[in-house]
Amino acid sequence: MDPIIETRQLTHVYSEGTPFRHVALEGVDFSAMPGEYIAVIGRTGSGKSTLIQHLNGLLKPTSGEVLFDGGDIWSSKERTHQVRFQVGLVFQYPEYQLFEETVYQDISFGPKNMGLDKEEIDRRVRQAARFVGLDDGVLDKSPFDLSGGQKRRVAIAGVIAMEPQVLILDEPTAGLDPSGAAQILENIRAYHQEKNACVILVSHSMEEVAREAERLVVIDHGHIPFSGPPADVFAHGPELEKMGLGVPAMTRVFARLRAMGVDVPASVYTVEQARDAVLSALAKRGGER
Amino acid sequence: MALKDITLGQFFPGSSPIHRLDPRAKIVGLVAYIVALFLADWFVTYAVLLAVLAIVVKVSTVKVKALLKGLKPVIFLLVFTAVLNIFYTPGTPIFSLWIFTVTYEGVLHAFFMVVRIMMLISCTFLLTYTTSPLALTDGLESLLSPLKKLHAPVHELSMIMSIALRFIPTLIEETDKIMSAQRARGADFDTGNLLQRAKALIPLLVPLFISAFRRADELATAMECRCYHGGEGRTRMNRLRFRPGDVMFIVGAVLLAAVIGVMGHFGL
Repeated sequence: MDPIIETRQLTHVYSEGTPFRHVALEGVDFSAMPGEYIAVIGRTGSGKSTLIQHLNGLLKPTSGEVLFDGGDIWSSKERTHQVRFQVGLVFQYPEYQLFEETVYQDISFGPKNMGLDKEEIDRRVRQAARFVGLDDGVLDKSPFDLSGGQKRRVAIAGVIAMEPQVLILDEPTAGLDPSGAAQILENIRAYHQEKNACVILVSHSMEEVAREAERLVVIDHGHIPFSGPPADVFAHGPELEKMGLGVPAMTRVFARLRAMGVDVPASVYTVEQARDAVLSALAKRGGER
Repeated sequence: MALKDITLGQFFPGSSPIHRLDPRAKIVGLVAYIVALFLADWFVTYAVLLAVLAIVVKVSTVKVKALLKGLKPVIFLLVFTAVLNIFYTPGTPIFSLWIFTVTYEGVLHAFFMVVRIMMLISCTFLLTYTTSPLALTDGLESLLSPLKKLHAPVHELSMIMSIALRFIPTLIEETDKIMSAQRARGADFDTGNLLQRAKALIPLLVPLFISAFRRADELATAMECRCYHGGEGRTRMNRLRFRPGDVMFIVGAVLLAAVIGVMGHFGL
């Protein structure tokens, strides 16, 4: 299978030629398969926001290229414009971009820009609202009358309504309470499964990415030092900690247990896995006696 | 293309003698220099002023490229001034074309005018490049403080100014972010006729205004939490103090203006 989106030797330099020159990305090779659920992790200023803004052509590479479906997204102006509909990007705190009089109109902004007809727009708006768990009564309200969590879901629906093949979300749960965060992650999972879309989640909650993603991509100082399934990446615990990232609490507990000489696997990162590992370790010990 | 590249009011941190001058000295120096620019009138005086500017730029370590970049937005004004002066100054004609007559005096006048505007803008930019916005408003407040006796709200004005300056980068960043977010939903800010472009700004302006009001509200609360109650009896963390170098700089600038004035008077 070919990657749906790919960067080759992507380098980005901010404020070139001024005293504020800053290299945000350096020779980054990143790729995502169709239908894959990826999490990008890195501390503030590591270059993760710069990377995702390249994936839908909001930033132009200083050097290197970005390919969507095998073709350079910068080959023509029209292509860049079209790619933005195929690669949906939800920014951090997206509720601050709402501007229309009603929720319905705001969600339909993207589909309208795609030049779809009225029925199709209507279908997409209602479907997107359903994906994020907004009921029909909310659609006619002003987005500014909603609660923070609801506003955020409206903003996410505004991107989902374009039905992108790749959905990128930058810290979609930042500043939400645990139940609001869980709900949004569930909405994203629903979209991922129903549309078989590729999802790229940017986060710095290790628990969150360990639970949600199939593959983790670690960014540090504009490079990708590790990439792979959560278990493999979390095996680099000490290095991750040096980057200021850390590992899920469960992984830390199990690393400590192993250091104490208990025979448990190293690749544990969720509570469920921890339970199974503890039970099997206990069973083994019971058998020995 | 990015809004971040706007240089207006930008500050390039540094540690040159010019950076370390007292902001009041720099403001007074700038005013004296501008006065001198308007008193200058012939090659000699302009050459002296240009040499002084060159020395100050050299000492300040500000790149000449950065200064020239500041001139970009006024190219139209420069061309316009030059054209007007070339054609509308009476004097000895060089050649004429249809109803337009180019005079010797006109060409000279246009040349001086353009040089004057360029130097005017460059020296102003030099001030903002080498002085942090905070230092600049502190300096202004201190220079204007005699007006307090006339009940002019000097402190309030300077507070408004420093808050405004403080928020320019924040708002530019915010604008950039909202623009990107709406672009990600297919908004197009660069094409279409005037009406379409104006309409395309709505998705940008509405969120920007809302966030500006929200920020203003938060800032007011934060200031009240720290017991801000206006300028009365307020002390400063960084007090401005004139050092010998600052005094010398001011004296030098005023002397320069005086000398240029005298030279100009004798037609140099």
